[in-house]
Amino acid sequence: MIDSLVVVAVHVVFAVLLTPLLLGVMRTTRARLEGHVGGGVLQPWRDVIKLFGKEPLRAPGSTWVLTWAPLLLMTSSLVLLALVPLVSTLPLAQVPGDLFVVVSVLLLGTVALALLGLESGSAFGGMGSSRHMMFAALVEPTVLLSIYALSLPVGTSALAAIVAARSEDLATIANPVSILALVALVIVVIAETGRLPVDNPSTHLELTMVHEAMILESGGRDLGWLEFGSWLRLTALLGLTVNLAVPWGVAPDAAWQNLAIGLAASTVKILVAGSILAAVEVFIAKLRLFRVPELLAGSFVLAFLSVSASYLVF
Amino acid sequence: MSITGLIALIARTGRVTEPVSALPTEAAIEVRDGFVPPKCLRGSAQVRHVDAGSCNGCEIEIAAAFGPVYDAERFGARLVASPRHADVVAVTGVVTVNMADPLLNTIEATPNPKVVVSIGDCTRGCGLFAGSYAVAGDVDDFTTVDVHVPGCPPEPEAIIAALRTVTRR
Repeated sequence: MIDSLVVVAVHVVFAVLLTPLLLGVMRTTRARLEGHVGGGVLQPWRDVIKLFGKEPLRAPGSTWVLTWAPLLLMTSSLVLLALVPLVSTLPLAQVPGDLFVVVSVLLLGTVALALLGLESGSAFGGMGSSRHMMFAALVEPTVLLSIYALSLPVGTSALAAIVAARSEDLATIANPVSILALVALVIVVIAETGRLPVDNPSTHLELTMVHEAMILESGGRDLGWLEFGSWLRLTALLGLTVNLAVPWGVAPDAAWQNLAIGLAASTVKILVAGSILAAVEVFIAKLRLFRVPELLAGSFVLAFLSVSASYLVF
Repeated sequence: MSITGLIALIARTGRVTEPVSALPTEAAIEVRDGFVPPKCLRGSAQVRHVDAGSCNGCEIEIAAAFGPVYDAERFGARLVASPRHADVVAVTGVVTVNMADPLLNTIEATPNPKVVVSIGDCTRGCGLFAGSYAVAGDVDDFTTVDVHVPGCPPEPEAIIAALRTVTRR
């Protein structure tokens, strides 16, 4: 019980401290490749601290959704971080770190964001929400299916157990089932966190935006929660993917030496994965909205093939 | 362009941003007497730009200031799409009759603490457009301007100097 609490606390604190840095590293990588300096790796920290210092301004006639949706998104992200094996694969007491629980928590934040977009009553907000829900409907089955494929050789759908089993046995990583499932997972992580080519996080221009369209009417502290909550989702999903792909260094228990190694390994893995993601983004343009379902259907097919193949392999 | 071509272009171009030392230390900007930049905007200021009736000369200079060569982002300033996300309202041009209400609405929709920056000669004294039937007044007639950047159009260096008085970086 105590060990579980320690692990949850370590996960949440680690992610909260690392996330702005991750965003800073990603933005700086991109800026350097584009030939300019950029705000530096600490700029997201400054942005968030500033936003928390500003008064939220809410439009007259807006309801409680505008106040509570950002907090719900933030809470769902924090719960997600507690459940995902970022640093340690110790199975949590009382709470199942189960695949289905993780996907439901993820969906809770998605719905909060979509309601917030509708709340503003502007054309942009509704448009962003409808696109966001469309992506969510296409993304969730792939997340379930690809992690299901990874869970088959282990015999459990608890994420911590999957990561632990993969770090012990190289054969579960280097086989077609695992590779297909991971490719599918990377595509859905990109879609879920609103990165290129599905959504462009640095644009606010006209009709292409999805995430930005929903948060257009929030300001001050509300915006701070929204931004931080969405960034934390990126850390959680990226951390889960890299720990599934490269599970070494993750602590098997809550011993402090192992946790220290796990923290160092996860920091390096997540920052490297983030810079690779940002570097790849320089080379690709945003997909036309009506072609995004094709990409996501492709990732679903990969996940489906992965599940089918697992019956042949194992 | 192929990916290898793009990689070669990135390697060939390197960094195009001017070094900070190339920026003039003394820029001709007018700061309102008694203006203290809000403490929480230190290091980070999002800018909402409002064209209240400009000839678009100032807009080209603003685009240059946020472009890769002058790169205002390295001082913590960024352009945003919504006044709700903004800390700084940057106004250009005379205030035309049609843009007076939208300008005031934008300033009102910006969460406190906020800073109003006026860019270009038109925003103070109406410049070339003074006396036109379409002009409702200059920006000072409608709101309190904290930092004014003179020039027709002002240089990107001056715009960056004005933003740096807010972010103090």
